[in-house]
Amino acid sequence: MSTAVVQTPGEEPGAGRSLWMDAWRTLRRNRAAVVSAVIIAVMAVLVIIGPLFSSYDYDFTDWGNLSIGPSLETGHIFGTDTLGRDLFVRTLFGGRISLMVGVVATLVSLLIGVSYGATAGYVGGRVDHFMMRIVDILYAMPFMFFVILLMVLFGRNIVLIFVAIGAVNWLDMARIVRGQTLTLKHREFVEAAEAQGVSTFAIIRRHIIPNLLGVVAVYVTLTIPQVILVESFLSFLGLGVQEPMTSWGALVKEGAEEMESAVWMLFFPAVFLASTLFCFNFVGDGLRDALDPKDR
Amino acid sequence: MLRYSVRRLLGAIPTLLILVALAFFMIRVAPGGPFDSEKVLLPEIEANLRAAYHLDEPLYQQFGRYLGGLLQGDFGPSFQYRDYDVTELIMAGFPVSLRLGGFAMIFALLVGVTAGSIAALRQNTRTDYTVMSVSMTGISIPNFVMAPMLILFFAVYLGWLPAGGLGDGSPRNLVLPVIALALPQIAYISRLTRGSMIEILRSNFIRTARAQGLPERTILIRHALKPALLPVVSYLGPATAAIITGSVVIEQIFSLPGLGRFFVQGALNRDYTLVMGVVVFYGVLIILFNLLVDLAYAWLDPKVKYS
Repeated sequence: MSTAVVQTPGEEPGAGRSLWMDAWRTLRRNRAAVVSAVIIAVMAVLVIIGPLFSSYDYDFTDWGNLSIGPSLETGHIFGTDTLGRDLFVRTLFGGRISLMVGVVATLVSLLIGVSYGATAGYVGGRVDHFMMRIVDILYAMPFMFFVILLMVLFGRNIVLIFVAIGAVNWLDMARIVRGQTLTLKHREFVEAAEAQGVSTFAIIRRHIIPNLLGVVAVYVTLTIPQVILVESFLSFLGLGVQEPMTSWGALVKEGAEEMESAVWMLFFPAVFLASTLFCFNFVGDGLRDALDPKDR
Repeated sequence: MLRYSVRRLLGAIPTLLILVALAFFMIRVAPGGPFDSEKVLLPEIEANLRAAYHLDEPLYQQFGRYLGGLLQGDFGPSFQYRDYDVTELIMAGFPVSLRLGGFAMIFALLVGVTAGSIAALRQNTRTDYTVMSVSMTGISIPNFVMAPMLILFFAVYLGWLPAGGLGDGSPRNLVLPVIALALPQIAYISRLTRGSMIEILRSNFIRTARAQGLPERTILIRHALKPALLPVVSYLGPATAAIITGSVVIEQIFSLPGLGRFFVQGALNRDYTLVMGVVVFYGVLIILFNLLVDLAYAWLDPKVKYS
């Protein structure tokens, strides 16, 4: 028996695969979602390797070209900011930070939310009631204000951004996972595992969590844009990453200050930020249609 | 109904307490104090200052004092604006924020519900697709990106509306901030309305009403609209929270002297009591508003039992 369990870390043959194939087929027919996914992939690659193709560094000041518009002759294809820094490279660097915060903070919230929700749902009874009461109370908190408070009190640093955003974003995940767990709990394979004396922790890890992956995948794609938005909101207020590092929110802020004289400083970061959010939302919607049987 | 309301009110008390405690203790465990500055104070003076602000008492006693003050509407003294109480600062800023947020909410509801209903009635037509893609765009463009673009277009290029400030207090000054604040909410509300309206229009009681030959107008306004709006009503809580959060950055962009601007300035100046005051004030507001929304929902939806 133990060998059979060891063979299935995450996906099980038969039923599990057909759900994913089903979902894949639905998703592929959703052209908006496919195009969005491709754009996100291109964006990720561009953000990672793009700066290598520019001759400028993100914090290099080009004294001869302060605040000039986009032009091919100078090599500043997005123009420069008021300090003469190349906007193309800065936009991509900002994208690195924004996307990284989006992914890492989402993983933090995923980890907390899934283990919390699965435990509450599977253990049930008084423990569940107590755990969910905590979630209800935290739900009522004005979390954005607490994130701002945290940033002010403990100084701006990027690890804190991850933790702060992740730690307040797990509530949705916990609720959804709990609901799903409740319905899984009474399925035959879980009862079979129980009958064989598998420990609670092992059942949650090997049987409950792998079966939650579909729902979780949907909410991950919908959480990433939310987190990116929160990070850029903080950066816009001047509480996010510190100069000379940057993120899309910080770039939009700088652009908004200079928009009357240097509109490109607002335009490029804004387009990158908005189109990324747009694509993530489309993929999330598409995934939900494909994976969430409730919404069919 | 009354018992339900009382029970819900009592249930909000621990939430409020936790909110205040979180804000209070977070500030106390933070490194640095309110009197840190380049100028080193004499130890006697600092001791006197600490005593004047009751910072020398044990923590639980300070917390008790703060709670007691809150119950009387006293948020304590501001550490930066030495001549003002936090309460005075909040009361100075809140009317502006309330006007901005209130208008934004009303505007979002009117436009969102109308657009969503039209999209639902013309489901899968070009109108529907247009409304839905515009609303997807609204969700994806953050308000702090939308706001500068609105200023650039309507204030700088066209010169139709003021770019910021309250000016002489005329409503013209609030048009752009209200639009910027309301746009994402319009997007959410129209999507919600469309979804539930489509479901309601397929339901049996609407078919019955049609079979009885009622005019389409009556069917929509008298029968379909109310149940279709239930999801929108339950979204009002999160919407308020989003509008309040959004107002922080919108007030900053349009330099409106509201509470959100105080919050940001206070945060950047490390004015702990002011920041804490705003967090508690808005937190209480959001919790109470959520409570109201829940009660309204229970009252509107006959399926909810007040147990």
